Parts: sequence; structure tokens; C-alpha cells
Amino acid sequence: MSQTTAVHGEKISLLRVLGPGHIWALGVGIVLVGEYMGWNFAVGKGGALAALIACWFAGLLYTCVAMIDSEVTSTVAAAGGQYAQAKHIVGPVMAFNVGLYLVFAYTMLEAANAITLGYLVQTVGTMAGFEDVHDKPFIVLTIVFLAWLNYRGVYATLTFNLVLTAIAFVAVIILFAAVKPWSHELLKHGDLLTGLPYGMLGVLASLHFGLWYYLGIEGTCQAAEEVRSPARSLPMGTMTGIITLLLAATMTWYICAGLMPWEYLGQAVTPLFDAARLTESQPLMVLLFIGTCFSTMASANGCINDASRAWFSMGRDRYLPTWFGAVHPTNRTPFRSIMFLVPVAVVFAYFAPLDQVITFSILSGLLGYTYMSFNVIMFRTKWPLDSIKRGYVHPFHPIPAIVLLLLCSLTYFAVFLGYGTQLVAMMVFFAVASLWFHFHRYKFVRRGDQFTMDWPRPQGY
Amino acid sequence: MANSHYEPPKQSVAGQLFDSIFLLILVFVALFAPLEMGLAGGGKTELAVADKTTWVGLGQNAVQQAQWEKLGMTPETAAGIITSRFDYSFDVTALIITLVVVVGYFLLLFRFSKIEYRDVIEERFGKK
Repeated sequence: MSQTTAVHGEKISLLRVLGPGHIWALGVGIVLVGEYMGWNFAVGKGGALAALIACWFAGLLYTCVAMIDSEVTSTVAAAGGQYAQAKHIVGPVMAFNVGLYLVFAYTMLEAANAITLGYLVQTVGTMAGFEDVHDKPFIVLTIVFLAWLNYRGVYATLTFNLVLTAIAFVAVIILFAAVKPWSHELLKHGDLLTGLPYGMLGVLASLHFGLWYYLGIEGTCQAAEEVRSPARSLPMGTMTGIITLLLAATMTWYICAGLMPWEYLGQAVTPLFDAARLTESQPLMVLLFIGTCFSTMASANGCINDASRAWFSMGRDRYLPTWFGAVHPTNRTPFRSIMFLVPVAVVFAYFAPLDQVITFSILSGLLGYTYMSFNVIMFRTKWPLDSIKRGYVHPFHPIPAIVLLLLCSLTYFAVFLGYGTQLVAMMVFFAVASLWFHFHRYKFVRRGDQFTMDWPRPQGY
Repeated sequence: MANSHYEPPKQSVAGQLFDSIFLLILVFVALFAPLEMGLAGGGKTELAVADKTTWVGLGQNAVQQAQWEKLGMTPETAAGIITSRFDYSFDVTALIITLVVVVGYFLLLFRFSKIEYRDVIEERFGKK
């Protein structure tokens, strides 16, 4: 099902070179940074205990996402992931919106990563006596360097991610062991946990940033067209990724909640690095500095990969100008899409505050998860289980879809509590973009080309 | 039945450029408007404390005090962080408007998608 792009009359396709390890690295690599920064804003919105409850609720939400996504992606194995699914199952304008959700979720996450990396370099520079060090050059440099790496090739990019992600994950485990979780020598949960400062409303509000623990795991299916064995690698990479993140999230919460007052934790830019500072161990500080740098770089790297694939797919399908649908003749990467999104990431990383950038990313992800709950029900209705061959069939349908929709609805309310204006602005943007697509852009779309799977006619059509 | 084939018009370079710029402007307006208008972020209130210049006055116990100090903070620098609280009071009308916008958006999306999906299926599989 590999699709191609014509360059100078020659058909060029994306390379099928990735295995399950790369898929794990792509998913966890994007998301692991959520343990290094951002999740702790959930503590600010509801207190440390509320953030833990939000972590579990978000874990349940993402388990539903992974179950649903594994079934649909292992059946619709094409570049663009959820975008390709929407084309086949719902329709072009939904696919266009899903493509935009993916691009914004990942581009804003990339910007958040660059902000964190810049802040960390500035903090450590100041601690080392370089008071004049500025974060902005590091922000721009990070984005430009990783865009260049993505421009050069997917295999090198994701192999680079595999190494960075593994080191960042090991750093969390080492910190967890070093704080001696079996004793109260360093961890002081009894003195630092102060209940629920906002009551149950704070628990609900925490769900907003609780998503940050896992946001982006669904990115595993963006590389469907570049995986050697999608039916095996995609579910395996996604499920092991979720397990990895659940473990990392719980360890991260336990370390940070036992080391720092919730008020500080709720606004920290680099909580795990701060946790290492509180152990007063120089080697741990160095390790968590490296871990934070690597996790932000791995995440930004994966984000550029995923956002550009989604943008590329939309260009190739004429949802966007076809100019974006080009593959580099030598590197075999969607080079124009990669380059086009660089200034968007730079502008937001440079000018917008971290919590706002994260909120934009979370909102885009949340819209995507809402779509997934409808998508899987439509998928099962249009093609019942015995009608087409699926790589994986998720159990208990439609319970995961209903639970997912319910948790998404609660999270919309959580975002409304404190960030309602951004929520409405984003919805208005997507509504205007949908009208623009339906009444203008859709006329450039080749109808029949939107359905490329070898499936029977959908029921009801 | 024979498939009806739709041949889309070829878009000019200027048209492609215009579409790209339009989308880019739309993105920046949607994402930066709340920031520029000062409407982004949660409303905050300040927690009343006994004394902002001492750890005890800020309601911090001995362990909390020690951790703040290890992070390089003093009661004066930590006071703003400790007393800051989100304001979760909200207007029911604003909640209803938000609900209508979110639900309306999805209804619009599924309505348009259904119309377009019929075109796709008819061209791919032929008219029923």
C-alpha cells in the first residue's frame, strides 16, 4: 500500500526501514519528555494528589487510545496515521481536520521542548557562573538542528531518537533508585503532601495537564508507511510504549511529590532536574541535566518527524497545495513540509509562554482523541469484524470508545477551567478551516484517490 | 454501474501560495489572538496568609522550608508562588457558549464529511 510521489517523472516512495524498536522510540521518545516537564502543571491546577489521580485517569484515556489506535492503524497502514484512517472511515474534511490536529499537537510540543531546553541551559549556565547566558539562541538552534536531521533521513533520525530516549528513560530509573523509595531518608511525602487544595474541582482541573504524561503516544502510527511489518510492529510498539510511560509517570510523580512543596512543583519548568538538585548529588544533577536535554531533543525530533508526515500527506492528497507533497530525491524525506513548519515552531517557542504552548498542544491532541472515539465506532459499523482482515482486534468494543469520549468531555471542562478562551479560539479556528476546506479546497481533491485500501464497499453507502 | 470520475482543476502556483499563506495567517491569528488580547491563561486569586516574610507565616512546615531553601528560595521570593491560586469560579453562560461551540464544530464536521464521503465512495465503488 506504499504510496508514491512523482519527482522529475520518477516515482519515489518513503522507505520501509523501521522495526518495533523504532516505533517504541518514536512513541516514547515524543512523550517521555512529558515526565521531564509539563505534567507538573497538573499539580499547580489541583495539588500533588490531584495530579496523581489525573495521571491515572489520563493513563486510562490513553489505554483506550492505544487499544483503538492499534486496531485501526494495523488495518489502515498508511503514512499520516489517524489522518489516513479518517480519509477511509469518515471523510475528507474530517481527515483535513485530523491532519491539522496532528500538525498542531506536534509542532506546539516541539516548541515546548525547545523552550524547556533553552530554560535548562540558561539555568545551568547561571548555576555555573554564566549569568548572561540567554535561552533564545538555544531555542532556535534546537529546532533548526533537528529539522536538518529530519531533512537528512528518517532512519538516522529515529535511530538517534532510540539512543536519546533510552538514556532519558534510564536516567529516571536511576533517580528513582537513588532517592531510596523504600525509605524516608530523602523522600518526605508525609510532610509535603497537603491534601487537595482545590477539592474535587481541582482533581478535574488537573486532567488538563494530566494528558501531558502521555500526549503524543498515538504518534507511533505516523510512520506506518515506513514500517517493515505494520500489523506486528505498530501494536507492539504502541502497547510497550504505554506501559513504559505508565511506569515512568508513576515514578516521576513519586520522586517529585516526595521532594518538593506542591506550590513549587506546580510551576517548575524542569521538575526532574529540580528533584536531582534537591538530592544534593552532583552526579545525579549532571545525569538529569543530560536526561532533560536528551528527552526534549528526542521529543522535538519525533514531533518534527510526525508533524511533517501529516503535512506531507495532506499535500500529497491535495488537501493542501501539492507543493508540500514532494519527497526529497536523495534523502527520501518530505523535505518541504519539514522546512515549512520550522518557522511556526520557532515563532511559538520564541514568543509564547510554556503553559500556553502546552495547552495548544493538549487541545489539538484532545480533539484528535474525541475523533478517535467516533472513528472506531464508525469503523466497526461500516466494516464489521468478519468483513475485512484486521492486524489486531481490540477487546470490549464499544466500551473503550465510550470511556474515551467520556474522559475527553471531562478534559474539555478541565481546559475550560482556566483556559476557556484558548479552547474557544481553537474551536473557531478549526471551524473556519473546515468551511474553507469544504467550500474551496475540496474542489482540488481527487475523490476516488481518497480511498486506497483493498476493502469492500462500506455498509450504509 | 460505471464509476463517475471527477477531474479536479489544476491549481496555479499563485493559488497554492495564497492557500499556504492563508492557512499560516489563520494559524497565527487563532493561536496568538488570546495571548495578544490578554485573555489566555487562568484567572488567579491570592491566598491570604499571616505573614509573607516568614516561612511560618506562609504556612510552611520545617520540611517544606528546608526544601524551598535548597531550591535557592527565600520567603520573599517564594511568597508569590505559595499564595497564587487558580480562580475556578466561572460563568454558566460562558460554559454554555463553549459547549455549543465544541458540539457545533463536531456536528459541522460530521455533516460535511458525510457529503464528501459519498463522493469518494461513489467514485471508488460506483453508484448504488
